[in-house]
This record gives sequence, C-alpha cells and structure tokens, in this order.
Amino acid sequence: MIQDIAASGKQQVSPHETVDSKGIVRILNGHRQQRGGLISVLGEIQSQYGYLPEDALRVVADETGNSLVDVYGVATFYRSFRLQPRGKHLICVCLGTACHVRGAPMVVEEFERRLAIQPGQTTPDREFTLETVNCLGACALGPIVVVDGCYFPGVRAQDVGQILEKARLERVEVPSMVAASG
Amino acid sequence: MINLFINGLPVSVEEGSTLLEAARFLGFPIPTLCHKDGLSPYGACRLCVVEIGEEPKAKLVSSCTYPAEEGLKVRTASSRVVRARRMVLELLLASCPQSKIIQDLASAHGIRQQRFKQEHEDCILCGLCVRMCQEQMMAKAIGFRSRGEKRSIGTPFDIKSEECRLCGGCMYVCPACQLRCTYTEPERPICGGCANLTPPCLEKRQFDDMMCFMDPCVACEIQKEG
Ligand code: FES
Repeated sequence: MIQDIAASGKQQVSPHETVDSKGIVRILNGHRQQRGGLISVLGEIQSQYGYLPEDALRVVADETGNSLVDVYGVATFYRSFRLQPRGKHLICVCLGTACHVRGAPMVVEEFERRLAIQPGQTTPDREFTLETVNCLGACALGPIVVVDGCYFPGVRAQDVGQILEKARLERVEVPSMVAASG
Repeated sequence: MINLFINGLPVSVEEGSTLLEAARFLGFPIPTLCHKDGLSPYGACRLCVVEIGEEPKAKLVSSCTYPAEEGLKVRTASSRVVRARRMVLELLLASCPQSKIIQDLASAHGIRQQRFKQEHEDCILCGLCVRMCQEQMMAKAIGFRSRGEKRSIGTPFDIKSEECRLCGGCMYVCPACQLRCTYTEPERPICGGCANLTPPCLEKRQFDDMMCFMDPCVACEIQKEG
C-alpha cells in the first residue's frame, strides 16, 4: 500500500488548489467499514492531489470523528505522505553508505546549489523536488541519482547540470544508462 | 488477587495492577518521569526499570507498564537496576540539562558527572502533555508528529489549535519546561509569568522554542493590556 503511494509519486501536481470536500467524503465512504482505514484514505487523497492538503486533513478529521492531531500524526509519520505539493520532477539522491563514500554528498550539494533548495523541499516554480534516500539497493552503481524513476549511475557533481537539463526537457522517461559514468 | 514478591516481600494486588503500583503499595520507591496517576501508562522514560525473574533469565522491564504476574519475583533496586537507571538519567540529563526535575532526579541518584554532550532539547518526548490534553482535558489539541529523530510534540501544522482551551495542563505536567520560560527573548530567561501560575509567555510566532502550545498566551495578554 505504502509502496503504491510512493510509486505513484511521479504524477504531476494537479492544479487544484482548493479542496473538494465532497470528493474527499466520497473517498472516505469507500473505507468506512474498514478498521484503520485512515492510511488508505490518506493514500487516495494523496494520489488525487499529489500531496495532502491541509483542508483535506481537516475534512477527514471531521468526518471520521478523529481529532486533527491524530490525522496529522499519521500523515507526518509515514514518509510516503507529503504535506507540501511535490514538484513536477522528483530527484532522489542516494546517500547510502556505498554512495556516500563515493561522493554522493557532493552530488547533493551540487543539486542544492543549482536548485537553491534543501533536500525535502520543492523549487518555487514547482519544477523540482529534491529528496535523499538511504540506499536504493544498487550500491555497485553508486552514487546513484533517480530522476522521475530513471536511474543515473556513477553520478559526479559535474554531471548534475546535465541531469537537470534532461529532466527539464522531459528527456528522462526512458530507463537508460545515459549518465556519464566515469 | 495476584501474589508476587517484591524484593523478597510477598504482596497481593488486584489483577491488572502494574509492578509500579505493587511496589509503591509496599513502599519501595521507584523513580518515574513519564508516569502520572490519572494518565494511562506510557513507558517512555524507562526510569522506572525493575528486574524481574531469576538469573540467568532475569530481565529489565519498565514497572509502570508491566502488569503484575502470579509468583513473579521483582527487584526494584538490584545493582543492575541501579546501573540502568543511572544511565537513563545521565542520558536524560544530557538531552535536557536545564530541566529542574531531571537535575533533581539525577542528583538524587548520585550522578555527579556528565559524560555525554549536552543537547539542550526542549522536549524529552515523555508524552505527558499529550496524554494530559487527551485524557484529562478531552481536547486532543496536541500530539506526536513525525517520527525518528524528527519526532516532536505540537499542534497540527504548528498553528493555534481550535481544540485548545488554554487550560495550561500541558505545561503543568511538563518535566522539561520548568525553568525554561524565556519570555520573548531568550536572553531574559525569567519573565515571572509562571511564578503566579499564569501560563508563561508566548508571543513568538511558532512553538519552536517552547513547550506551551497556547496561542495567545494569557500572561502575554495581561502584559499587553497593562
Ligand atoms: S515512568 Fe515508567 S517508563 Fe517512564
């Protein structure tokens, strides 16, 4: 379930800024009978909006009779849920041990510098979201950067510009070994 | 009734009692931090550890959450317990050295040195305020957020909670925030707002620096009017 949500992260941020509470009630109705259905509800809301809008959480709390802090606690507990809209492109830099010793911190720094954001943040134009993970399980290829589901192996700081350019031009769709490795 | 032995003395307690209650019934002192009568046991601070069972299977458990068992042998002050307790206290002291309650507990347990780096945390995540808000005040205005090292207590979205009735219960039970009222400037550590039991000051925008979740703060309001 959680994986589903994480995987669906690639979809674009939907433009609706206002939350349609009827839609949320509809989602809730699908899970009324289910014990502990809160996570599924939040998951569905997130796949609809791309994130969990504050108003949506309020509607969920009101409708389920939970207090807002309970809903908020669940929403912040799981890493797959996000309370801020995600950018169009998701950049994920691996900071696992192997990638770390091979220089991933420098790669992250370069992304931070170029995008002027910290990991976990989204650029103001909502183009990029930068995230770090603690191991993608492909340590032999490190340092690894994943952009919108496409893996770039052996990334060095000087490759960052190129990767960003590719992402901006939507050229990263094909899973390939494009990146300049060594 | 359940019969068990605490430090060799037999005691019988009602079913469902905890080891802490049984030991207190006999008068054995067990220090606690996150336990408060009237609030559900939580087992966060681990200060109330006791040793149960017999060697070599003896183990440490938190007495505030462990239910009394028939025939159980409990030791409340074995050397292992004392060692564990002192370690817990030393760690708590490192994370929150400014707390009067923790300081007192540490000194009462003979801690005279501090080997760990002081963190000056505002919160030890004992959850007393959360339970107070939820179980006694029926408000559920504050709760735990995030997890791991980001775990924190506060209101949803860090804004004033609609459920909060400004009762001040959260501050009343907090073991970490005593002596930590900093008014609006940290350089002026004592505003006096709490001396007369009115809630201390909170003009700051967000709750990042304080354990009081009230907005606006009653003490601040009084000052403004005056
Ligand atoms: S009092 Fe038992 S764990 Fe805190």
